[in-house]
Amino acid sequence: MFGRLTWHAIPFDQPIPLITSLVVLLILAALAIWVWRNRWWSYLWSEYITSTDHKKIGIMYIVLGLVMLVRGFADALMMRLQQSLAIGASQGYLPPEHYNQIFSAHGTIMIFFVAMPLVIGFMNFVVPLQLGVRDVAFPTMNNVSFWMTASGALLVNLSLFLGEFARTGWLGYPPLSEKAFSPGVGVDYYLVALQISGVGTVLTGVNFVTTILKIRAPGMSYMRMPVFCWTALASNLLILAAFPVLTVTLGLLMLDRYLGFHFFTNDGGGNSMLYMNLIWVWGHPEVYILVLPAFGIYSEIAATFSGKPLFGYRSMVFATLAICIISFCVWLHHFFTMGAGADVNAVFGIASMIIGVPTGVKIYNWLFTMYGGRVRFTVPMHYLIGFMLTFVIGGLTGVLLAIPPVDFVVHNSLFLIAHFHQVIIGGVVFALMAGYTYWFPKAFGFTLDERLGKAVFWCWFIGFHLAFMPLYVLGFWGGTRRLQHISDPSWAPWLDVALAGAVIIGLGIALTVVQLLYSIKTRDRRRDVTGDPWDGRTLEWLTLSPPPHYNFAVLPDVHGEEAYWMRKQTAIKEDKLIDEPDYKPIEMPLNTPTGVIVAFFASLCGFAIIWYIWWLAILGLIGAFAVLVWYAWRDEHEHLIPLEEVIANARERRRVRKEHLHKLSQSV
Amino acid sequence: MTSVSEAPAVGLTHQGSEDTGLGNRGPQSKSIVVPYGFWLFVLSDMVLFSALFATYASLVNATDGGPVTSQLFDRTNVAIETLALLISSFICGLAMIAAKRKEMLWTQIFLFFTGLFGFVFLVIEIGEFVGMVRIGAGPQRSAFLSSFFTLVGCHGAHVTAGLLWIGTMMAQIWAKGFQPHIVRRLLCLSIFWHALDIIWVAILTIVYLIGTLP
Repeated sequence: MFGRLTWHAIPFDQPIPLITSLVVLLILAALAIWVWRNRWWSYLWSEYITSTDHKKIGIMYIVLGLVMLVRGFADALMMRLQQSLAIGASQGYLPPEHYNQIFSAHGTIMIFFVAMPLVIGFMNFVVPLQLGVRDVAFPTMNNVSFWMTASGALLVNLSLFLGEFARTGWLGYPPLSEKAFSPGVGVDYYLVALQISGVGTVLTGVNFVTTILKIRAPGMSYMRMPVFCWTALASNLLILAAFPVLTVTLGLLMLDRYLGFHFFTNDGGGNSMLYMNLIWVWGHPEVYILVLPAFGIYSEIAATFSGKPLFGYRSMVFATLAICIISFCVWLHHFFTMGAGADVNAVFGIASMIIGVPTGVKIYNWLFTMYGGRVRFTVPMHYLIGFMLTFVIGGLTGVLLAIPPVDFVVHNSLFLIAHFHQVIIGGVVFALMAGYTYWFPKAFGFTLDERLGKAVFWCWFIGFHLAFMPLYVLGFWGGTRRLQHISDPSWAPWLDVALAGAVIIGLGIALTVVQLLYSIKTRDRRRDVTGDPWDGRTLEWLTLSPPPHYNFAVLPDVHGEEAYWMRKQTAIKEDKLIDEPDYKPIEMPLNTPTGVIVAFFASLCGFAIIWYIWWLAILGLIGAFAVLVWYAWRDEHEHLIPLEEVIANARERRRVRKEHLHKLSQSV
Repeated sequence: MTSVSEAPAVGLTHQGSEDTGLGNRGPQSKSIVVPYGFWLFVLSDMVLFSALFATYASLVNATDGGPVTSQLFDRTNVAIETLALLISSFICGLAMIAAKRKEMLWTQIFLFFTGLFGFVFLVIEIGEFVGMVRIGAGPQRSAFLSSFFTLVGCHGAHVTAGLLWIGTMMAQIWAKGFQPHIVRRLLCLSIFWHALDIIWVAILTIVYLIGTLP
């Protein structure tokens, strides 16, 4: 009846996961009761859970990413603590089988359920606003995408309470991840969760490529799009081309595990190196799926806070697309030690070095954007400068790793760990924190506290360097990754410094929460009444904060690069807005519970597959299909926003903007 | 080309005013956007198959002492199978013409035969699979057979999903008539069905024809 699922699945004998599970359950229950007591369920249901508004969906993605960041970071802290404790005679507090689950969960969660939701969340929130349109191409599918991602996240977290998580690292290399060596449910949790969230990601890719190529404001030609939109386009093209390969790779491993196929097994002619190749054909573009939108965020910030157009816009676009293509030609550098031979390794080594060139172009563009500008050292600008310092070093260690003979020496060492954390934290996380600060007022109508924001930045910056610089040293000394026990006591001081760094990053994360609560409390002091708190240059700053559901009462006409900046300067010079256009009622897509119900059935089906409860798996599939057919049967597609509402809203916006721009024109 | 009578894209009631000569006159109509998005999905599906083709190509000789391609494949069988799928695709084209003319009966008949020939294809394929498993050449036998069953089976799974979709569309047209969004859906279905043909032609060549070379 319940397949492999018995009472033994609950970890009664392991205090750490058991107590964590209980605490998480208590927090969730408390949260549910709090929401229920305040009668917020119906608000949440109609304004967020069933929303097809790209801004709301973006916010949900970002909340998911931030919550999962706390989970992933807790794993990181546990690992650092274990490595600081388990030196010499001591075995630390985590047994190997538990430690292995933690580093696997840390990597899986940080990439798939922190970085991806945050990046996709920002694309959701920002891209339609920057393109000057009202929503993405497929609003309902957007909602489905989010809930599929959330369903994957749910399953990964469920492994804490029921059963175990994979002990095979974040990419689940066979033959270790095969049934013969990992008979438990851990790898199955990993595979099923990633398959479900992968569906959501591919749908996001379809949605955003279509949106950016087909749905733009009048006059918004390709070479007038903000760089963030370009990077979002490149990132989503990579999703379309790379994620199906991940689906196949994980699918083949599932066939091996569930049906006894022989793709990657040691017997039957299987070839585990095929898995390494396939997974990195996805895995390397994945790195750029994350970092390209991060580059886009930096570009927006550099231009805005330097008070200048972005230096070398065209070279930025070409660099983005060059990275997009070359990123598919470097995957083999993840396993030079496979022994493909000197020629093959040389080709991939050189390609890996070449991809550094367009990245270098971008660094110079940001530097020259700042050069000669009137730079405002706000929180996002701190992240930009911190990023350039950190990322260049991370890039250089990457070029080192791209040299096959060097890679043979430091392959799978702590040097590699330090390298990729340096580019991912220095590149992606800093950008996400900067973007969070930059677009927060647009989403909620008030700014975040500046002083606490700077404190958070310094925690990340200092904490990161303390945590990872020692790992470069240890890597050179032969320290391999994923060590549950350290036998050489002379490493202790370096590991203690790394632990201190992790604690400082933890302080930064705690301060982020404090900053949020404090800013909410003092929001009346920090209202963004104009909709343009940073003196921005792109179209999202044209509308009010927060924007109405339809974003723009009339789609803005774009007459040049930096659509909003030109319009604003003309208005300031002439001390008047453009003539009031002819308003019309606006058709917007209806809310729908389709996404959340489909994801419910998908979670059910996924859970059943993990535990071999076949009847429930079939039930889940039928349920999901039935909901989609029910949705396809609908008669009402859109609702009309009445003319009076549009006009009232638009006039209010014009009044506010007029006042603001008048003030500016007086001060010029 | 867009015309005024078409359903507008999301939130579009404002006609673009400036033509930059690059097709940037504001959001495209839904009749452009929906098939375009579906094309992108089909392309990503092709990438999925390309990964399976790559897997097959690298494992085709990993037979582990078991049967090899030339002992398993029957060209006549595959020829009939291919013919069934191609005829199905042709009839699907006829169904699209009938739908464009809003002829309910012919649309239903053609869709039915599209599905029927797809079903024939599927039955032949399943027959082939069962026969192979019977002689001990199932997917668990060797890496080559694992990759063969996965590649061809994945195409078969797509055909099955297509049959389910055809059935749903027949019911929907019957119940709702030729509404614009339903006709768009039908267009996506036909894109999907033809794309499966393209993939089948690749399977026919790479798996069956090369596999039965003397």
